[in-house]
Amino acid sequence: MRRSLIGRTWPNLIAVVLFVFFIFPVYWMFATSFKQNKDIVSRDPVFLPLNGTFEHFDRAVHVPHFWTYVTNSLIVTVGAVLGSLVIATLAAFAIARMRFRGRKSFVLVVMAAQMAPWEVMIISAYLIVRDNDMLNSLVPLTAFYLMMVLPFTIWTLRGFIAAVPKELEESAMVDGCTRTQAFVKVIFPLLAPGLMSTSLFGFITAWNEFPLVNMLNKKETAQTLPVWLSSFQTAFGTDWGATMAASTLFALPILILFIFLQRKAVGGLTDGAVKG
Amino acid sequence: MAAQSERVQTQSPEPAKSVVAPAGTPTDPGAERTSKRGGRPADGPGLAVRLAPYLLLLPAVAATLVLLLWPLVETVVVSLQNLGKRQFIQHLTEWNGFSNYTDQLGDSEFWSITLRTVIFTAVNVVLIMVFGTLIGLLLNRLGKGVRLLLSVGLLLAWAMPVVAATTVYTWLFDQNFGVVNWFLDKLGWHSMAHFNWTSGEYSTFFVIILLIVWQSVPFVAFNMYAGLTTIPKELYEAARVDGAGSVKIWTSVIFPIMKPFLLATTFLEVIWVFKAFTQVYLINKGGPDGLTRTLPVHAFLEGIGAQRFGVGSAIAVLTILMLGGLMAYYFRIILKQEDEL
Repeated sequence: MRRSLIGRTWPNLIAVVLFVFFIFPVYWMFATSFKQNKDIVSRDPVFLPLNGTFEHFDRAVHVPHFWTYVTNSLIVTVGAVLGSLVIATLAAFAIARMRFRGRKSFVLVVMAAQMAPWEVMIISAYLIVRDNDMLNSLVPLTAFYLMMVLPFTIWTLRGFIAAVPKELEESAMVDGCTRTQAFVKVIFPLLAPGLMSTSLFGFITAWNEFPLVNMLNKKETAQTLPVWLSSFQTAFGTDWGATMAASTLFALPILILFIFLQRKAVGGLTDGAVKG
Repeated sequence: MAAQSERVQTQSPEPAKSVVAPAGTPTDPGAERTSKRGGRPADGPGLAVRLAPYLLLLPAVAATLVLLLWPLVETVVVSLQNLGKRQFIQHLTEWNGFSNYTDQLGDSEFWSITLRTVIFTAVNVVLIMVFGTLIGLLLNRLGKGVRLLLSVGLLLAWAMPVVAATTVYTWLFDQNFGVVNWFLDKLGWHSMAHFNWTSGEYSTFFVIILLIVWQSVPFVAFNMYAGLTTIPKELYEAARVDGAGSVKIWTSVIFPIMKPFLLATTFLEVIWVFKAFTQVYLINKGGPDGLTRTLPVHAFLEGIGAQRFGVGSAIAVLTILMLGGLMAYYFRIILKQEDEL
């Protein structure tokens, strides 16, 4: 069907406007973190920090325990995501491919667990961890983060597994594979994009989490990067340069990870891996 | 994704059977079995096959019991106690029955916060679903270059950690040096030059809603787009040959296929927005005068802020009950479609 010039142009125009709307806050964070202080608090905003500076980053990184925060964040995030992926893959396979008594109840529990308002369960989580003498430890934190991302991981992986045509699995089993082998050799490779895109949410959730770590781990040696970020805001008051530099450093790994993994995940979807 | 999986599953040759057997193995004698209710069948599959699904679920169930059910039960237990600062430090247990609940249910502030939370959720979810769907449709229509451009923008907004995004929005809407006020001033709205966004209920909510919608739309848009790419081109062409316009194609081709996805996503967004805490709390701490407190923020400020752990837990339990009520309708749909679960 042939469209008029206007009909072909307006979607592009809208797309560009939307692009600016979505990217501007991210750009502004980067831009501010490189600006000199006089440009940050100027009457007219400076949109391109051509005479940029790294002084805000320098201050942000040279606070005590910075590398402890980084290490703790990585341990907690990676631990929670890997743990939930393993547990969720097993469960998702069962509910996507098997019929058994209690299956429906389990699915409902997963859906209910997804709406668990962790923010209002901090009080009880704190009391439990305190009563078991595990405050200022990364173990309960990792465990709670694992549970935060587990329901969504199960739910999403269930969809990915169900989307793999049963015929592929069946033909592998006709060819002599056991059910386990069929899963490892047929479904699992097709699941890679799903595992990746699902783990994105896990990373984001665990990396972001602030209220719980703030309650459970008051000791600096057991804290993670979100605490570092917020401690900056109070330390610098309204020093927006340092705050934006800290935000940039905090957001950067996630942004890079997203760009890298998303292309693979969406590519895997559109390449017909799940179309059969 | 959801749309796809639902379709695949409804094609299952024996969807209604609740037999314990791999559903996709018609060659397996166990799958052909007809006895399905009342006791275990005599010639069923082996014990290992029947136990397999439960073994696969075991780690997930164990994790849920310890890490979710326990804190949940603890919340209920604490909500029946008078647990203030003194009792907390001295490890005292003072039961006070349901008085935390009756106090809240008789408090007009609690009810206005509840109404506010419901409206807040509705506004956000409607905006997220409408714009997410429209942008998903737009992505499907764009040329490769512009689509990549828009995708990058969406991706970065989506990927921004909530704490960082909230901080950036505070800076964007800063009273004196915020770029938003400067922009509105330049547009000719001079009274906004030094406007304090956190001074009023509605202006604070405007910032919070913009932030949440900005971060949530990409998820809906990307999934919508991913779903649209799985719809065969022939379907569109056939509809066009039949003389269908854009609206007709939406109602008769796209919507029926994407309906499970839209339903599931709306459900997820309702949950996420209803319990949104970080954005609401960090933008203005529930202010001015507690006018932007939503239920989770209220529970936090009462329970931890004011160190009245019992009261906070009671609000938490009421919040959880309300979420359950909101979801009951959705669960009922799911139960009706049990074959598609």
